[in-house]
Amino acid sequence: MSKKKNRDFNLILGSILTAVTTIPALIGLLWTPFDPHSMDNSLKLAHASFMHPFGCDNFGRDLLSRVMVGSATTLLIGLGTVMIGVIIGTFIGALTGYYGGLVDDIFMRFNDVMFSFPSLLLALVFVAIMGSGKMQLLFALGVAFIPSYVRIVRAEYVRARNMDYVKSAKLAGASDMRIMFVHILPNIFKILLNSVLIGFNNAVLAEAGLSFLGIGVQPPDASLGRMLSDAQTYLFNRPGLAVVPGVTLITMVLGISLIGKSKTVSGK
Amino acid sequence: MTGIVKKIIGSILTIAVVACLVFIAFAVIPGDPAVAKLGTQATPERLAALRETMGLNKSVPARFVEWIAGVVRGDFGSSYSYSMPVTKLISDKLPVTVILTLYSFVLMIVVSVPLAIVAARHENSAIDRVIQILSQVTMSVPPFFGGIIITLIFGLWLHLFAPGGYVSYTIDPVRFLTYMLWPALAIALPKGAMAFSLLYGGLTTERRKDYARTAYSRGNSTKDVFYKHLLKNACIPVITFFGMALADMIAGSIVIEQVFGIPGLGRILLISIQNRDYPVVEAIIVCIAVLVIVSNLLVDILYGVIDPRIVSGDE
Repeated sequence: MSKKKNRDFNLILGSILTAVTTIPALIGLLWTPFDPHSMDNSLKLAHASFMHPFGCDNFGRDLLSRVMVGSATTLLIGLGTVMIGVIIGTFIGALTGYYGGLVDDIFMRFNDVMFSFPSLLLALVFVAIMGSGKMQLLFALGVAFIPSYVRIVRAEYVRARNMDYVKSAKLAGASDMRIMFVHILPNIFKILLNSVLIGFNNAVLAEAGLSFLGIGVQPPDASLGRMLSDAQTYLFNRPGLAVVPGVTLITMVLGISLIGKSKTVSGK
Repeated sequence: MTGIVKKIIGSILTIAVVACLVFIAFAVIPGDPAVAKLGTQATPERLAALRETMGLNKSVPARFVEWIAGVVRGDFGSSYSYSMPVTKLISDKLPVTVILTLYSFVLMIVVSVPLAIVAARHENSAIDRVIQILSQVTMSVPPFFGGIIITLIFGLWLHLFAPGGYVSYTIDPVRFLTYMLWPALAIALPKGAMAFSLLYGGLTTERRKDYARTAYSRGNSTKDVFYKHLLKNACIPVITFFGMALADMIAGSIVIEQVFGIPGLGRILLISIQNRDYPVVEAIIVCIAVLVIVSNLLVDILYGVIDPRIVSGDE
C-alpha cells in the first residue's frame, strides 16, 4: 500500500526536478539574462550577487546564463542521440526480430560485440575518426546508442511474431511492413518508452563526459561537461563554478530516472 | 567444458574482428598523417620521405597485413608524434588503467553487497529508506563530477589526500594504492548504487518465495536464510550487471584519470586523438577491446559456475 503512494511520489518529484532543469534550459534557447559568451575582465570569478546569482566564471561570463545555454545544448544532444538510436535501432530490431534467419544471426553477433562496448568508448572511437564538434558528437553518440535499442526491440519482435494477433493479421492479408509497424510497434511502446528514458540519461551523461574530456562540444559553446572541466582549475577558490553545472546535471538525470521508475511509466 | 572452449574461441574471433574493423576505420578516413605532422607548407620530397618512414607509401592491404602480423606479436608500429614504438609508449600505462578498473570493481562490490543485505533485511524501515534515497541520488552522479566533489571535500577541505599527488606504482605501491582509492571511489559509487538496487530487488523478491519460507520454518535465522539461501539466487541477474559494469569502468577510468591527473591510457588516448596519432589510438582501442572481451568471457564462465542450469555455449 505504501508502495503505491511511493511510486506516485516518484512521478511527482521526477517531474518537478525535470521541470526545474528543462524550463530554464528551454528559456535559455531564446533568452538569457546576459550574453553567455561576452567576457568581462572586471567580473572575472565574481562572487554571487543580485545581478549574477551564481557569480561569474574565469572569463567574467555570467554563470547562470551559461548554465542555461549549456543545459540546453546537453538536452538537445541527448534528445538527438536518443532519436537517432531509437529510430534506426527500432528499424533494425524490427526487421531482424521479425524475419529471423541468417541475416539476423550475423547482425546479432555484430550487435552483441558493439553492445558489449561501453557507449562512451564507442563514441570516443567515432570522434577519433570524424573529429570533434557538436554535429560529430551527435552522430557519434547516436550510432553508439543504436545497439542497445536493437537488442530491446528485437527481443520484443521475436516474442510478438508468433502471437495470435500477428497470425490473424497475416491471415487477413496484411503486409509484413504493416504488421511490423502498425500492429506490433504500438504494443512495444511502453517498453520502448522506458528504455528511451534510460537511454536519454545515458546520452546526457556521455555527452557531458566527452565534453568534459574536451572532445565534445567545443568552446566558446557552453556545455555542462565543458564547464565542469574548466571549473577544475578554480575548484579551491570557486567551488561554485563546478557545483552549479554539476548539480544541474545530477538534477536532470535524477528527474528523468525517477519518472522512469514511477508507476505510471514503468507499469509496475 | 566444451562450452567454455567454444566461448574462448568465440572471444578470440571477436577480438580479431574488432582489430580488423579498427584498422579499416582508420585507414579509410580522409587526411594524410604526413601532412598533419609536417604542415601544409612541407615540400613533396620531405612528405614522401616521411611517408616512407611511417610506412604509408604501401597500399592499404599491404599495410593491413603488416599491421595484423605486428599486432599478433604485440607490436603496434610506431607513434607518429612521439617517434617511438607504440608498445613501449603504452606498456607502462596499461597497468595503471587495469588496476584502477579492478580497484573500482572491488569497491563497487564491497559497497553494494552489504548495503543491499542490510536494506533488504530491514525492508521498509527507516534505514532502508535512507539507503534507498542515497542510492537513487548516487546513481545519478556522473563519475567525473563525483571525482570533482571528492577532490573538493576529501582533498581540498579535509586534506585526506593531495589532489594531483599521483605516485607511480613502480616508485611506491602503498602511496599509489592510497591515492587510487579516491578515483576508484568516484567510479565505484554510481555503479555500486545500481548494483545495490538490483541486488535489493532480487533479495526482496526471493525472500517471498516458498523456499525462503521453508528455510525459515526449518529454524534458520534471518541471517542464515539471507546468506545461505537468498544471496546466491539474487546474485544471478546481478552478475550480468557486474560484467557490463566492468566494461563501463574501463571507459570510466579513462575519464576519471583526467580528474585526478593519473597518467594512464586515458590521457595518452586523448592526446593521440587530438594529434591524429592513429597507431597509438588503434593500439589503445584494441587493448581496451581485449580487456572488455576478456572480462565478458570471465563473467560468462562465472555465470555457468554459479547457475549450472544455464547451458554453456547457448543463449
